[in-house]
Amino acid sequence: MLLIHCPHCQETLPEAEFTYAGQAHIVRPADPMSQTDEQWEEFLFIRQNAKGAHYERWRHLHGCGRFFNAVRDTVSDRFLTTYVSGAPRPDLSSLMEGKA
Amino acid sequence: MNALTSFPQGQEPETLVSTAAVTVTQVPHRARLSLRARGDLAPLDRALGFALPRGIGGVTLGTACLGPDEWIILTDDAAAVMTACAEVSLPHSLVDVSGREITFEIEGPRASELLTLGCPRDIDAIPDGTARRTVFDGVTVTLWRDTAERFRIDVWNSFAPHVAHLLASGARELAAEMA
Repeated sequence: MLLIHCPHCQETLPEAEFTYAGQAHIVRPADPMSQTDEQWEEFLFIRQNAKGAHYERWRHLHGCGRFFNAVRDTVSDRFLTTYVSGAPRPDLSSLMEGKA
Repeated sequence: MNALTSFPQGQEPETLVSTAAVTVTQVPHRARLSLRARGDLAPLDRALGFALPRGIGGVTLGTACLGPDEWIILTDDAAAVMTACAEVSLPHSLVDVSGREITFEIEGPRASELLTLGCPRDIDAIPDGTARRTVFDGVTVTLWRDTAERFRIDVWNSFAPHVAHLLASGARELAAEMA
């Protein structure tokens, strides 16, 4: 079982308490009416299928209930870091150091 | 089977199972209030008459911090808490959720082992006198650790028969191991 660090609870807890919530850092357009169909399609449906580090959202469903962001290596399933929603995207190169 | 009628929220404790390993009791109903608030909590602290626990897991006078902006208040006088908080200027939500959950008390030398049946957390790493929401065999529960050998879990009504059954059979199994 994966162990995931919840940035709100400040504890590393079993995966069974968490749910996956899709790719992170997808920003809803401020003015949806100005979007073309292609842009709207991109926002709604187009997601990365990363091999390696992936920025994603998780929710501590059976716990504090909060959403947070994580960087997970999709090959090894290793969590590189977790951070609260709204925080800037962490720098990938520093995370990957020593983890390869 | 009707979950509500099979688990009436009575005024008397009702023992579900009692073995040498662990005793599981359904404990009497207390009022439960769900409080949500953000920002400077000082006005709420003043209204309640005590400082709300700030860290997740913290418990003060029957009030547990379950999330960064969420508390559950156990009290015998919900009306008094409601009245006290009504005048608070800080925007908040205070909802009476007394009827939502059933509380089981789990006590005995192997109480923490019984909880490992359904809870993926490291039970032994949970400090005494804390509470948190977690999962027990797929059911969201609030787990209170009062002492090393005494726990309480709050379970939503409709899941209570399932959890009670699992706890009862687990308790008998642990007792059989000891015999």
